Parts: sequence; C-alpha cells; structure tokens
Amino acid sequence: MSTPTSIPEERLLPAAGGSDPRPLAAPTTSVNPIQRDHATTIFEKGAPGRRSFVAPDSGVPEVALDEILPAKLRRATPARLPEVTESELVRHYVRLSRRNFDLDTGFYPLGSCTMKHNPRLHERVTALPGHARLHPLQSPERSQGALALMHGLERQLAEVSGLPHVCLQPSAGSHGELAGVLLARAYHEARGETRTKVLTPDTAHGTNPATVTMAGLEVVKVATNPDGGVDLDDLRAKADDQVALIMLTNPNTLGIFDPNIEEIASIVHGVGGVLYYDGANLNAIMGITRPGDMGFDIVHFNLHKSFTQPHGGGGPGSGPIAVSDRISPYLPLPVIRREPLASANGNAPATEGFEGFRYSLVEHADAVPEGAPGSKSIGKLRGFQGNYGCFVRSYTYITSLGAEGLRDASEIAVLNANYLLAKLQELGVREHLPLAFGTRCMHEFVLSGGPMKRELGVKTLDLAKRLLDHGFHPPTVYFPLLVDEALLVEPVETEAKETLDAFAEAIAEILREAVEDPTIAQNAPYSTPVRRLDEAKAAKQPVIRQPLG
Amino acid sequence: MTRYTTATDADREAMLSAVGVSSIRDLLAEQIPAALLRDDPLDLPAGRSEQEVYTHLRELSAANVSAEDEVTFLGAGMYDHYVPSIIDMLLGRSEFLTPYTPYQPEVSQGGLQVMFEYQTAISELTALPVSNASVYEGPSAVAAAAYLGKLANGRTRIVVSAGAHPHTIATLQTYAKGYGSELVVVPLRDGATDPQEWAAAIDDRTSVAIVQQPNFVGAVEDVAALTDAAKQAGGDKLVTVGAYDPICLGVLAPPGEVGIDVAVGEGQTLGNRLDFGGPSFGFFAAREAFLRRMPGRIAGETTDVDGRRGFVLTLQTREQHIRREKATSNICTSQALNALAGVVYLGWLGKDGLPELAELLVQRTHYARRKLAAIDGVELLHEQPVVREFALRLPGIDVPALVDFVQDRGYHPGLALGRIYGEPYADGLLVALTEQRTKQQIDRLAELIGEAIGAQRTATAQTTGAVA
Repeated sequence: MSTPTSIPEERLLPAAGGSDPRPLAAPTTSVNPIQRDHATTIFEKGAPGRRSFVAPDSGVPEVALDEILPAKLRRATPARLPEVTESELVRHYVRLSRRNFDLDTGFYPLGSCTMKHNPRLHERVTALPGHARLHPLQSPERSQGALALMHGLERQLAEVSGLPHVCLQPSAGSHGELAGVLLARAYHEARGETRTKVLTPDTAHGTNPATVTMAGLEVVKVATNPDGGVDLDDLRAKADDQVALIMLTNPNTLGIFDPNIEEIASIVHGVGGVLYYDGANLNAIMGITRPGDMGFDIVHFNLHKSFTQPHGGGGPGSGPIAVSDRISPYLPLPVIRREPLASANGNAPATEGFEGFRYSLVEHADAVPEGAPGSKSIGKLRGFQGNYGCFVRSYTYITSLGAEGLRDASEIAVLNANYLLAKLQELGVREHLPLAFGTRCMHEFVLSGGPMKRELGVKTLDLAKRLLDHGFHPPTVYFPLLVDEALLVEPVETEAKETLDAFAEAIAEILREAVEDPTIAQNAPYSTPVRRLDEAKAAKQPVIRQPLG
Repeated sequence: MTRYTTATDADREAMLSAVGVSSIRDLLAEQIPAALLRDDPLDLPAGRSEQEVYTHLRELSAANVSAEDEVTFLGAGMYDHYVPSIIDMLLGRSEFLTPYTPYQPEVSQGGLQVMFEYQTAISELTALPVSNASVYEGPSAVAAAAYLGKLANGRTRIVVSAGAHPHTIATLQTYAKGYGSELVVVPLRDGATDPQEWAAAIDDRTSVAIVQQPNFVGAVEDVAALTDAAKQAGGDKLVTVGAYDPICLGVLAPPGEVGIDVAVGEGQTLGNRLDFGGPSFGFFAAREAFLRRMPGRIAGETTDVDGRRGFVLTLQTREQHIRREKATSNICTSQALNALAGVVYLGWLGKDGLPELAELLVQRTHYARRKLAAIDGVELLHEQPVVREFALRLPGIDVPALVDFVQDRGYHPGLALGRIYGEPYADGLLVALTEQRTKQQIDRLAELIGEAIGAQRTATAQTTGAVA
C-alpha cells in the first residue's frame, strides 16, 4: 500500500496511435508516480471551518426560523459535507480527472458505443445563455429559438430514419426503448388486441429484455443463424398473433447487416406485430439506408452515439424516437407545433417567431386533432421536454455535416472497421482471434477470443487489460453473449488510419508476447493508476460510501 | 472530405485495397440488399462551416428569453441558482467530459471515485445509507422508485400526493401502465397533503406511498406524520417514497429521519444549468434493505492486486447487461457528468454553506411572500410553511396576462398555475426564489405585480363603463 504523497503526477497514459515514443512499460512491480497518488476522497481532505462558498447578505429583515419553519420540520444536524477551500476542490478533482482514460487522449474502440470525436463547437453553442439559462417553463412565445431548434432536429432525425414523426423526450437509449415498447402496446390495445410477446434476438443489448419486463410484456428469444442474422425458421415458429413487436438492431451487435430484413419485416407484419429498431448502431447507415425503408415502425436514436455527445463518463445521453403514421397518435406529450407566422397571428411582430414560423408546445391530448401525433398519447416519460442540451449538440452536428457529411461519416465508419479487420488478419491474429461471423462487417465487428484462451491461456479480459498498457481503451468485451470470449470492436470514422494500424499492431504484439509468456497478459495492466481490482470483494461486502467519523 | 472524418483520398485507396474491394459502395452493396441501398442523398441542407453554424446557433439562442435576459422568479421544478465557475472548468476537462461509462476500472478511477463521493454526499444529504450514481432526472426517478416498490412487495397500487409535480404524476401514470400498477392521487387541503384522505387511500394493497417535499405549491409537508400514517395503514411492506428538492435539505429534516424508505429527486438545483429542462440528474437513495433492488450504476470500494485502494462498478447482477429481463431497471447511460456537477457543488457549498444557503432562501422567501401578499388583490394560496417557493391567488385577475405584463418589463413573476393545472388554480401564481434574487428585485416585482393588477382593473372598469 502506498502512502499519500505530494509528488506531482505524470500523465497517465501515452497518446494512442503510436505517436508517443515512450517505450511500453515492461511488467514490473515498481510503482510509477500516478500509482503513488493514493486515493483519498474529498471527505478525507480539508479541515473544520474551511469553505469555498460565501453566502450573500440576505438583505431582508431576519425572522427567527422557529416562527416561520417549525423545528419539527427542520434538520437537527447538518449533512457532513466536505469542508474545503476552492483550491483544494480544484486540485482534488483535477488530480482525479487524471486517473481517467478519455476519448480526447486516445483511441476508444468500444463496440456498440460509437466513441466518435466530440466537436468543441458543440460545447460552445450549448453554453450560450439563451440555451443554457433558458427555463423549461418559459412561455413558448419567449422560447421560439429553442422550439425552432427542437423542431429542426425532429425533421433531421425523421429524414435520417425514414420515419415521419419524432419525439425528442426520452433521456437515453433505454428510455427510448421504454417509450417504443409502450407505444407498440398502446397501438395494439387501441385495436382491441392484448399482445404479450416481444421477440428479441439472442444478440440483443441487455436493455431490450429489461425494457420489455418494465413495460409489462414477455421476452421471447429468437435464435441467430450461422451467418449472424436472425434465424428465419425460428422466427416463423415464434411469430404468432401474440407478438406485440420485435426489437432489432441492424446492423446487429455482431456488426452484420441482416440481408433478410425485408423478409423479417414481412413475417412480423404478417402476424400483426410491430418492428422496433434499436438505434445503437445507426452510425453504420446514416444516409446509406433507413430503418423506415426497411419496414421498421419505431426507432430510437442514441444522440450520444451517432450524433456525438460527449459521454461524460456515463451520461448524459438522449434517446429520441421516430415512428410511422400508424404509431404517431400514441407519441408522448408535449408535441411541438409549427405554423407559418402569418396564419398564426397576422399582426405578430417578427420577434415572436423564428424565420417566419411560430412554434408552440401542445401539452394535452385533447388539444390535438383526432389521429394527429399525440392525440392518444401514452403520456409523459419524464419532466419537461427532454435533454435539450443534447438536442443543441446533435442539431449542431447534423447542421454542420449536412446530407453528404452524414453519409461520409457512416461510410468511413464502415471502411475503418473493415480496414481494421483486414489489418488484423494481415498481421496474423486470425489463428487466435477469429472473426466470429462472416467475412465483412458494417461499422463494427466481433472477434472471438476462444482459441486464444484455449491455446495460449489468455482470456479476452487479459488481452483487454494488456491493451491498457499500450495506451488504448479496449473494445467491448464479453458482448454479444453468444460469442465465446467476445471482443466487439468499433473504430468509428473520426480515427485516422495510423491509429488503426497502431491498434492492430498492439493486438498482434500482445499475442506474440502471450505465445512467449502468457503470464504477462494474465497479470496486466502494469502502468495504470491501479492494477486489477477485486470486484468480487466489492460485491460481497459492499462499501458504497465513505464512512465518516 | 468533411471535417470530422479523417480518411484522405489516398487513405481511402490504401484501405479499400487492403480490404479487397474497389469502392465503398461495393463494400456496402456486398452487405445491404440493393432495394435498400440508397443512391439519393438525404433531403437535408448541405453542411456548413463552423463559423456559419455558430452564427445560426447564436441566432437561435437570441430568439429565447433566458434567465440572463430577465429577472426570473420562475421555478416549479427547476431553479435559476448560481453555478460556480469551478463547475464549468471541471466539467469541461476532457478527462471527465469524454470517457464512456467506466467499464475498465483500471483507467476510470477518476470517474468511479467521483461516483463514490457523489453517493457519499447524497447519503449524507438524505440520511439514507445507500445511493446509486444517478438516474435520468426527477419525475422518472419517482417512477423508478415506484418500480422498486413493486419489485419489493409485489403490490400494484401506487398512492401519490397531488402535491407531487404534475410531470411526476404524469410520468408515474405512463410507467405504471407499463408495469401494471394503478395510481391513486390524494388531494391537497390548505396546500398540503390531506392527512385523512392520505390515510384512507392506503391499505394492504398499496405498494408505495409518495410525497413531494416541498410540494409543488411550495408547502413543507409534515413528512413524518404522513409516513407514519402510511405504514400504519399499509403495513411494514409498504415502501414510502419522498421526492425532494436537495437544496431544501440544507434546512429540512432529511428523509432518513422522517420515515422515508426511498428518497429521490431532481438534482438540477445542485450545480446544474437550466438548459431548457435538461440534462440534469436524478438522485436515488434508499434504506439498506433495498440495496440489491436499486436501479442504475453503483460504485464500490475495493483494492487492487497490490493492495491499493480503488473503485469499481459493483452489484452489477442487478443490471440489464447481466440480468437482462430480470434486471431491476433498464437504465444504462445515465447522467454521470451532471452528477459530477452535483458533488462538486455540494463540496463547494460545504458543511456550513448548504444550511446557510437554505436559510437564506427561507428568509428571502418569507420576505417575498409577505411583500407580495400585501399587494391589493393578492392572497396566499396556502399558509403552510415554505422554503423557497410559494403560491399566490389573484382572484378575478387574468394571471397569464399579468405574467406577460410583468415579463414585458423585464421580470418573470413565476408560473401561472392554470397553465399546468387549469381549474382549480386558474388564478394561481407560483413564485420561486434563489440566492440570485435580491431584496431590491423582490420589491420591484411587488411594484410590477401591483401595476399589472391596476392596469387590468382599469381596463375592466373602462370596458364596463363603455358597456354602461
């Protein structure tokens, strides 16, 4: 155990892409400076009486608290929050930040997560006071810019998905999934049908089945065929009049575009079911093909994936949904209405609209014409209108790229993935890390570490940990579940060829090293702030807060 | 080449050659059925340069009236608190801004320790031992708490006070339909949850009993009495849920000390911007018994192979990626960066600062309440104690028109309650304070409301006179 130290830290990790010439740390038991920075929490720093905040003078005549807020309703002892100065706060959190790997520093090929560059323009425009300090209950007349932006984003997402109606409200992908499943349920119930089954392939994200349960429906698994697509025979056997919907990702979590998608749509529609598209992999197809054209009825988008939100170490995200005409009456409220300024109010000054239109929020289903979006709404999924700050970023992104730029992004995402796959094969990793399915991929691919584990005694987890010593964030590991020792790699379009080369070489080097001495990978990492952590201990005797004296 | 993709023409050629195809289109055509592969571009405008896009976004921003442009007393769930400068600085750091969820703990100790510190701060604030690392936001946090209740006791009736935020009640309705529970709303009396109706609504079929503190019309509820009554009527298996404004916990009794089993709430007031409603975060804290039923990420302390202290995501067998259809929630991406703002803000306020800020709100709110209630034509909607928000009644006054009148003069007087409630609060006005609203601004608001009432009365008198 190291002790607290004032030795300044060095940067934790070399830059990815091989641009940092620092030699890779050999496995060693010696302790580097960042490892000497013993983890102490903010609650263990400071001293009684220290502070950052100074309250302004109240300026009003003081009244005894007892007279206005009875003691029985009040707190008897203050919460034991930190007592620190601003300098201590800044140093603490800046030091902590250096114990993170981040996208700005290095390659982050985390499959299914689309870790593409986060343009800094997005942060600048989101921080403009007209966006950042706008109250969600400001009247529509005084939030025309925000409503125009949201309406614009709705139209952009509708075009990308090929589905005409968009609701921006859900807070993340899984929240969008819940909206989608509730929409499908409401659609069937309005037709007098109680359908309980939801078909999900065994490659599906865990959020899909978890959502189904929360929406009161039942998961029915559909098998995957040897090519990595939906097993049509199994689908036909399970598709009946109890099927409410099927939840699919296409390309799926194997990175494979299901060539039978039209047949799948026809089978599910044939029994009266609805097709739901999990948009986690939308980055493969923007401008190339559209879920609406494939036959999907409902789509959720992950704005924090395809439309580049900084991921913040686990959020915020945003999960808008797009739907077909027949699903649209059930959309969550509020819906945004747009009218030409002239017809909305002939005498309205230009400041009351934006670029010739007046925007309003329709909060109640009875204010919506029969059959129009929201007229039979499932209700609200959260407070206010959704994660507007995320809308600003994604609207900015789509506006910057335009039609051509979006397609280019997806095309290069696919090219980069196939190139990385080819490069890995050229370097001879296939023997130990074969491609799990097929020969090509869309924007991501899955390798199986099964042979590596059997022949070298090195698990996918070991490979991932050793990649950390090379300055790379590992791909997604052990997902999808149906692949033995899975490694799901998504290189994204904003990474340069040199970075992909360096990553492929790192994997080849780790395998070469493992042939010589598998214990190196088995005990990795060596250069990180902490080394392998005891997760079993954390779960067995949970310590989930700092004990205070 | 667009600006965020890296491949030059030479790169493309080299990469296509390595892949063994002659064009990207061929690569796509090998995989996507011809009928689905588009050749037409999407119907979107052409891309634009950074400075053009910036100008457009600035124009959109300028078409809004924000808290920068007017003196706002608008609250009703989100509040114009001062966000200290260190929050912008820390949240802007690449190392916090750009990582994914910490799936590789060895290189995510910063984010994981932030979660651990956040959980500690929320646990302290609520006096409850267990906190997760955040959920989406306030109303859906309440719906998640109700789902926890259903998983815990298998009962299917949700009782909620009408004092909960209308968006909370609406969200609960949507979720409850999904997981098969029914919703019973208990009315307010004199601005607070009606104790008789509350007790009468709860029985041994009740899964959760939910109260908001302070409630939507600003009143401080007697939570201890309500939870006591709920447990008596619903038994020990009933789960009591409190939806709190965390800033108010600087002065109000913490949920853990007044019989609340699960405390949740909207975290925006802790160092997060208004952002037209999001992103912010929701907090979620509970008694020990519910640890393994919590939704969302939880960071836990452990050691590495060399014995060094470290942090990991723990108790993951609750979560969707492990447990799939048996998970305690479907939540995955949450609000980590906003929760970071929350814990930095609580550290910035500190042990003494939080109660000082809350008491400042109590004092200024008390002053404002008396000042505005003294205006001719204005009454209190209720006389319950308040912390930072209070409701008025303006009989015979067109409140939306009054709001407009005052806004035209650079002040936002608060929420016209009729906008959300319709009747019976059509003449209601909900006024909120933060530390950014000074005595001088309160005094000016009182003048403007007085003028607005006077103007409406004059107009009415003229109309009446003209008719006569």
